[in-house]
Amino acid sequence: MNNTLLKADDLTKVYNLGRVFSRERIVAVNKANFSLPGDTPQIFTLAGESGSGKTTVAKMILGFVEPSEGKILYGETDITHIKSRAQKMQFMREIQPVFQNPFETFNPLKRVSTYLFETTINFGIAANRTEAEDVVNSALERVGLSLDTIRGKYPNEYSGGQLQRVSVARSLITNPSVLVTDEPVSMVDASLRMSIVNLFKNLSQQQGVSVVYITHDLATAYYVSDRIAIMLRGNLVEIGTVQQVLDDPKHPYTQILKDSVPEPNPDLRWDRDIALTDLERVEYGLSGCKFAGRCPKVMDVCRSEDPDYVEMAGRRVKCHLYGETV
Amino acid sequence: MAVLQVDRLKAHYITQLYGVRGSVKAVDGITLQIEENEIFGIAGESGCGKTTLIKTLTGVVQPPLKVLDGSVRYDFNGQHVDILSLKKNADRRRYRGFNVSYIPQGSMNVLNPVRKIRKSFWDFVSAHRAFANKSELFDLVESHLLSLGLTPGILNAFPHQLSGGMRQRVTIALATILKPMVILADEPSTALDVIMQRGVIQLLKKIKSEMQNTIVLVTHDLAIHANICDRVAIMYAGEIVEEAPVKEIFHDARHPYTQFLLSSLPAIGDKEERLSAPGAPPSLHNPPTGCRFHPRCPAAKHLCKEKSPELFNAAPHHRVACFLTEGAEGVREDRGSSR
Repeated sequence: MNNTLLKADDLTKVYNLGRVFSRERIVAVNKANFSLPGDTPQIFTLAGESGSGKTTVAKMILGFVEPSEGKILYGETDITHIKSRAQKMQFMREIQPVFQNPFETFNPLKRVSTYLFETTINFGIAANRTEAEDVVNSALERVGLSLDTIRGKYPNEYSGGQLQRVSVARSLITNPSVLVTDEPVSMVDASLRMSIVNLFKNLSQQQGVSVVYITHDLATAYYVSDRIAIMLRGNLVEIGTVQQVLDDPKHPYTQILKDSVPEPNPDLRWDRDIALTDLERVEYGLSGCKFAGRCPKVMDVCRSEDPDYVEMAGRRVKCHLYGETV
Repeated sequence: MAVLQVDRLKAHYITQLYGVRGSVKAVDGITLQIEENEIFGIAGESGCGKTTLIKTLTGVVQPPLKVLDGSVRYDFNGQHVDILSLKKNADRRRYRGFNVSYIPQGSMNVLNPVRKIRKSFWDFVSAHRAFANKSELFDLVESHLLSLGLTPGILNAFPHQLSGGMRQRVTIALATILKPMVILADEPSTALDVIMQRGVIQLLKKIKSEMQNTIVLVTHDLAIHANICDRVAIMYAGEIVEEAPVKEIFHDARHPYTQFLLSSLPAIGDKEERLSAPGAPPSLHNPPTGCRFHPRCPAAKHLCKEKSPELFNAAPHHRVACFLTEGAEGVREDRGSSR
């Protein structure tokens, strides 16, 4: 198992809410296990509705949030508790973020190129500005832009799609092996989404960058990714290749999630209603399966016992429906 | 019967800086008719004037936005109202809530963070209608929430305790409590995840079937339009370029821009390579001459660069503004040769 690039091992994050006497434990991420292979770059998708812990996983990978339990391995080094600055810098070079809203990523009063130069200088990739120009230009070329086209421009001169490209170019400056992208297309127009998604595809297939793609949009996830994990209230409920999971979803939550993606075809309208949660916190507090309150196939055992993972032809499903006792 | 009739509407943002006048032509000559009890969708990329159009339809036109030409006429059960001719806010207010209701973009953030939802309902509803006492009002609120499938328990919550999708549904409930005849909804499902998005769509459908009213829905996501709308209009650079019943838009799109939008939609079960439409919408400050889509159009002819096509009926109930469509001849006269 030396052949993994990034591995999450029983990754857990617990938040304590409330005051001393009315303390509530919210397990935002519960024993997440997944890995990215080292030999072939992959796009790994984390999907789920809002409030399911996707962003917490991303923050833990990036080192913004310290896990409560478990660890993240980059290659063979544990990167969860890095103390020294030099090591941290090394790890930040290898794993870079792309954020959700390109309009908030960039300060409207600064030229977009300043961010690219700052990153180059801060990471010590180039000693001075003239050297930095080459570095910045090559990063921009990887996303289909060039320094001459963006020089001297402010964020308001761009559409969301173009800004997101610049944002990706910034993260490529350090030549990372993993990009962690948190909802990179949700603020971009539907018509421009594909250009960003195609960019990630190109990065992974031709330029050897692995991508952790976090989204709630299963349609783009299916289009772009190799493997997918479906998250529900902190648990990875189904994990496997994207064809396995989305062509033939096994977990009832995945089925509902897939069914809720609107089809661009007026002949295929939804004809039935689905149950929705009123308060997320209630679901986090459930002792059994977190989906028991909304599941159309709920059984008695679901309300009391947390299901185990069931291995099914290369995928893992966390559901009582497929347990051996049933 | 048409409940809303928009005629050659032109609304520009007029700016003036050091004596230099500029105008952003966000709504530039739009004519449309919305029938009673239908869901009418408006689609297009960001920066095409969708939100400005909706704002003008509510009659709230504030500087720098200025209506240069055209009219917006409502027909509320035989009572004809030209909303743009009402100059005083108090006059327009009589129609708000009861007749027209507006759900603005990002409306899940309109709730006051330091007041409970109950107080917000009290504020909103008592501003429009007098009640004998509070319990009468809250009886109405609770029965309305129940009829929309929301629990009345949320009235005692603060906005931060609710998820984004729940807040969005609460604001939709707020906007519809007085049973308006026309609901103007601007991007109600954007920035929500798929399940909540579906919840919002379910809610709008339910409102329409219960109250028998008209919904104008603006969103850039064509898949939502496919799911809920009866008719769809595609906007590009301040103009309507195509308008048709939803099935025709998706199965028989005539305008190259509509075809672009449709071909960029991904679908589960399809890994085929897809491309975005090249380029970006033009600046409305200085839009291209002729057909405004011609710089991005793969099939633009010489004529497209000079003359601006007029919307015409390519088929019954199917209007297109494109010279490439069979039968297109009309040229918009209200456009100068440039600017």
